[in-house]
This record gives sequence, C-alpha cells and structure tokens, in this order.
Amino acid sequence: MRFEGSSDYVTTPDLMLAVNAAITLQRPLLIKGEPGTGKTMLAETVAEALHVPLLQWHIKSTTKAQQGLYEYDAVSRLRDSQLGDGRVRDIANYIVKGVLWQAFEAEAPTVILIDEIDKADIEFPNDLLRELDRMEFYVYETRELVKARHRPIVFITSNNEKELPDAFLRRCFFHYIKFPDKETMQSIVDVHFPNLKKGLLREALEVFFELRDIPGLKKKPSTSELLDWLKLLMAEDIPPEALRAKDNKAAIPPLHGALLKNEQDVHLFERLVFMAKHNR
Amino acid sequence: MLIDFFLHLKSAKLPVSTKEFLTLLEALQKHVAGHSIDEFYFLSRACLVKDETNYDRFDQAFGQYFKGVEKIPGLEGEIPEEWLRFMTQKHLTPEEKAKLQALGWDKLMEEFKKRMQEQKKRHAGGSKWIGTGGSSPFGAHGYHPEGIRIGPESAGNRTAVKVWENREYRNLDDTVELGTRNIKVALRRLRRFAREGSAEELDLDGTISSTARNAGWLDILMRPERHNKVKVLLFLDIGGSMDDHIKLCEELFSAAKTEFKHLEYFYFHNCVYDHVWRDNRRRHSERFPLWDVMHKYGNDYKLILVGDATMSPYEILQPGGSVEYMNEETGAAWLRRLLDAYPHAAWLNPEPERLWPYRHSISIIGNIMGNRMFPLTLEGLERAMRLLSK
Repeated sequence: MRFEGSSDYVTTPDLMLAVNAAITLQRPLLIKGEPGTGKTMLAETVAEALHVPLLQWHIKSTTKAQQGLYEYDAVSRLRDSQLGDGRVRDIANYIVKGVLWQAFEAEAPTVILIDEIDKADIEFPNDLLRELDRMEFYVYETRELVKARHRPIVFITSNNEKELPDAFLRRCFFHYIKFPDKETMQSIVDVHFPNLKKGLLREALEVFFELRDIPGLKKKPSTSELLDWLKLLMAEDIPPEALRAKDNKAAIPPLHGALLKNEQDVHLFERLVFMAKHNR
Repeated sequence: MLIDFFLHLKSAKLPVSTKEFLTLLEALQKHVAGHSIDEFYFLSRACLVKDETNYDRFDQAFGQYFKGVEKIPGLEGEIPEEWLRFMTQKHLTPEEKAKLQALGWDKLMEEFKKRMQEQKKRHAGGSKWIGTGGSSPFGAHGYHPEGIRIGPESAGNRTAVKVWENREYRNLDDTVELGTRNIKVALRRLRRFAREGSAEELDLDGTISSTARNAGWLDILMRPERHNKVKVLLFLDIGGSMDDHIKLCEELFSAAKTEFKHLEYFYFHNCVYDHVWRDNRRRHSERFPLWDVMHKYGNDYKLILVGDATMSPYEILQPGGSVEYMNEETGAAWLRRLLDAYPHAAWLNPEPERLWPYRHSISIIGNIMGNRMFPLTLEGLERAMRLLSK
C-alpha cells in the first residue's frame, strides 16, 4: 500500500514520505501544525485514496483512553436484568466496542484518526502506549485478548496545547505541516476553486500574505480561512480591482471578517489601516 | 550503518533515542525512501525529530554531517550535462569559450570523468571538489573560482539541501513552552478530587446496594461527577533579583494555570506587605489589600509563595524597611498573618539550595515559614506538593 497523493488535497513531498513511512512500518503518524492547515483532512484523504474505511475518534477534555477500546454498559445490563431479558447472562452483550477495537477486528486494513489528542488529559497518551505499539489489549470483563488482524494506519493530530510524553512520541512518526508558501498555496487554491479568476487569486493571495505578516495578530488567518474568504469573494463577485486599490494602500479588504476571527485582531488591523491613512 | 550520523545528532543535543534510530533503519530496509538524499532527509526527520521546535537544530546537524555528501563521486551521473553546459556558458570569458570550443564538449566531459576518478582517490569520504587551478580545462571551465555549489542547483527544483539550508524552522525554536510537562506532573500531586454540584453520574455501587435492599427492584442512584477541587493561592515575587529566574517562574506559572481550575495569583516584591497586585503594569494603581485577600479566599486554599527571599534583613524585620514605600508593619508580621490564615503553605525558592545558608534573609524567611521552603526544582516541587497535599 502506498499513498501517491490525491487530486483534491495538496501533499508536499515531505508529508507524502512521512505518510508512506507510517503505512509501511505500521506505526502511528503524529501530525502537528497551525490550526487550519489540513491535519484532519489528511486522514480523510489517505483513507479515500487507499480505499479503506476511516474510523474517527475525536478527543475531548473528558475523553478517557479506555473509551477508545471498549466500555462496559452496566446500566443497560441492570435494566435488562429487571426485565428478565435472557441476554443478561452474558456480559459480552454489554461490552460496547470503541474505535480501536473496531479497527483491530476489521477484516481489512483501516485508517484511524485520533483527532486533537492534546485536548485530553495529560496522561491520556501514556494510557495508549501498549495499544498503539503492540496493537492489542485485554478485555477484563470477558477475559479475552483483542489483537489487531491488520495493523491499522493511525493518524494522530495535535494542536500543541499540551506537550506529549516522550515515550509516546518515540513510537510515532512525526510531521509538522508548515504553513504553505505562496506556490503551494496557489496549488491548494487551484484544487479547491478550479475556475477562479487568475487576477482575483493573485490579488487575494497578496492581501492574505500581507495580512499574515502583521505583527501582533492573535490568530493569524490560515489556509481554511483563506478558502472561506475566496468562496465569499466569488459569491459576492468582487472584482480583482477592489482588492488591489494600489493607489489607496490603506483600503480595508472587503469581507475581512472571514480572515480575522478575533475582535482584538480586527481592532488592531483597523487601527493600522487608519494610521497608514493618516501618515500618507 | 549510520551510527555516526546518529551520534552526531545526539551530540547536537537532539533528543534522539535508540528506538527511533532502529525505526529509521527499518524504514530504510523497507525502502520507504528512494535513493535521493532529499528523501533520506525527510524520512530521518519524520523518524527522529518529534517536535517542530527541534527541526531547526536537526537541519543544522544534518547539514553539517552531510556537507559535501551530495557530491560524493559516484553520484556524478546526477549532474545533468545541460547544466554543465549552461554553467560553463555562463561563467566563461570569450577566450575560454573559444578554448572550450577547441577542446570540444566530448573531450571536456572525458576530462571531467577522469578528474572525478582522481577525486575519488584523493578525497574518499566525499569532500567538495570545487575547481581550482585556472589552467586546467576543468577549473577554468566548469567551476567558478569563488566556489559555485553545484549540488543544490543541479536538481533543479526544491532539493533537500535547500530545505535544510534554508532553515525554515528557525523561528519555531524556543517559541513553545518547554519543560512545563514535568512541572504539571509534579503539580498533579496536589489534586483533590471531590464530588460537588448536580448529580449527573450513575453511582453504580450505590445503585447495586440500594437495588438489593429494594428486594431486586431497580433503584438508580446518581451522584455528582468528580472534580479536582484543590484551590491554590499563588504569590509571586517579581522584579529585582527575581529577573534571573523569569523563565523558570514563567514555566511554573503557565503549568499551574492550566493545571488548577481554582488558581488565584498575586505579585509582591521581595516580601509581602499590606498589599499585593495582579497586573504588573498597574501595580501602583490597582492594589489589593492583603487583608481583603485573606478574607476573600478561605483557609481551604493552599498558599504557595514563590520568591528568592534574597533581600536585606531589614526588609523583613523593620517597619519601613520596604525598598518601595513606607510600610507600617514589618514584612515578617504580614507573612505570619498569611501563614495563620492558610495552614497549608509552602515557599518555593528558585535559588539553588546550597546557597541558602549564606543568605541571612533566606534563613529568616525559612524560620518564619517553619522550614517549609523548597527549591524550585522538580524534586523540590514534588516535596512541596507532597507536604501541601497532606
């Protein structure tokens, strides 16, 4: 199995190599990067390109590692016992399989996405060491060992809110999706809006990268915000000239709310624009 | 194989482990990467570097180790002929061009190959062979005297050489908090779980016993979820001699802030007096009287003072001893008041423990604290947390 890229997701050569290393060596791939650089999309793309099912596990601050393996639904069993249901004799009927179990027992290889692992408790990654390394775990209720038939391809994304433990990192491949440069960004936009006017795109990219260079922004606009903004520009049918306005350098780009998501950033930006006007 | 490379990374202070190195070898064995050095660069980075803050260090170490490797004899086939032609055209004087014409391109290439053979013998290990000696056809034609690097240029588009030599990840270094994880883990010792609030969770044990008592009829009991309910009052010394410890204190503060839900923090300078403040920029306008703080936060708060306790003893023992203003009561009196209000208290001192005996003020404060002063190291932090959680 080899990932050769996809027509609707721009993969840089280093990312492609990291994905293929993870696939070949059957080890998890940890993906980090600024928000909106397509970390989650990667798993979806790889699953689609390889034609294997994708199992997603979205992590919240309350998620426990155990929930990825299985959960024992004691409440249903208690209720069934009250109703005299025959199923109640077998505890296995009340074991709810988690994402990892589903992937381990699948007939064919699968792709698992463990999304935003840094949201969970600080010990969460440590609780999954053996499961991700050996791809097996023990079910205490039914005394069985669940072992992966096919080692799934595991993608883990992180937003760097918490540091991950070394023991965990050592078992993964790592890739940092860096913010795309102008060329890559152009090809990303081409993939998403094949019939975008060339003039508009050039102007938009220029405005976008200038905006990103403003020092002191709390949240720099990312790829996904650029795509949203382009969508809006196209929907409103804004001509490229409106973006350029070179004679009036201080113009506020139209629909900038799609790029700046933070009130303070918008204020800062407007203030800078105002100052630029003033100085002229 | 590649052991020197691994050790080189290690000596460049990259946190690489043997397991990761073995993974890299396994990946190479399975032909994950092709034979180009770019792919090897990407692969080794994915295997060995697990934090983007280390990318830059890795780029440098990789560049150092593989300097000149891209020109190892044997790889000469990768240098396209067109390129050589182009380069010679670009850098030759008209006379030399004429000479080149006289020599003929094929002849030149032959010479080139011959020269390559010699190079292999002389520089085994692959150092650069930048052309020298203007008289030889090669030196004169092929390579600019100032040393043009042919490796990177030759492959045309983005090669790895460029990637690591660009050092694109330079500004990632040191931007992320480092080392807070250990501090967080140490702070965990303070956790106190308690059940408070609305009953949302099934109390399984309670339900079972209650159902049994109910002669088998189901009686479901609910209970509130468990929360970490430890409350922490953090006082930080700021300015003056504490400037040397800013990084450490920042790490402690950022770890504490994410670790404790109920964290109240205040700043003081050198010693606590009748008021503290919360925002250093407005330390003179927005003050919180210490009395108010003590009344507002109950004695279930755990008190942690962070400071180097290094000052003149007068600042602790004398009314009016404060360096900042005229204090009516001594720092010692205020400190004792704080300790009376909060029985669970500890002082964390960023100064190394071995220096403490030489500083009079440290021993005074240590006495007032009842020897509950700990060094601000992981080990000291653990000791302090263990004491506070008792």
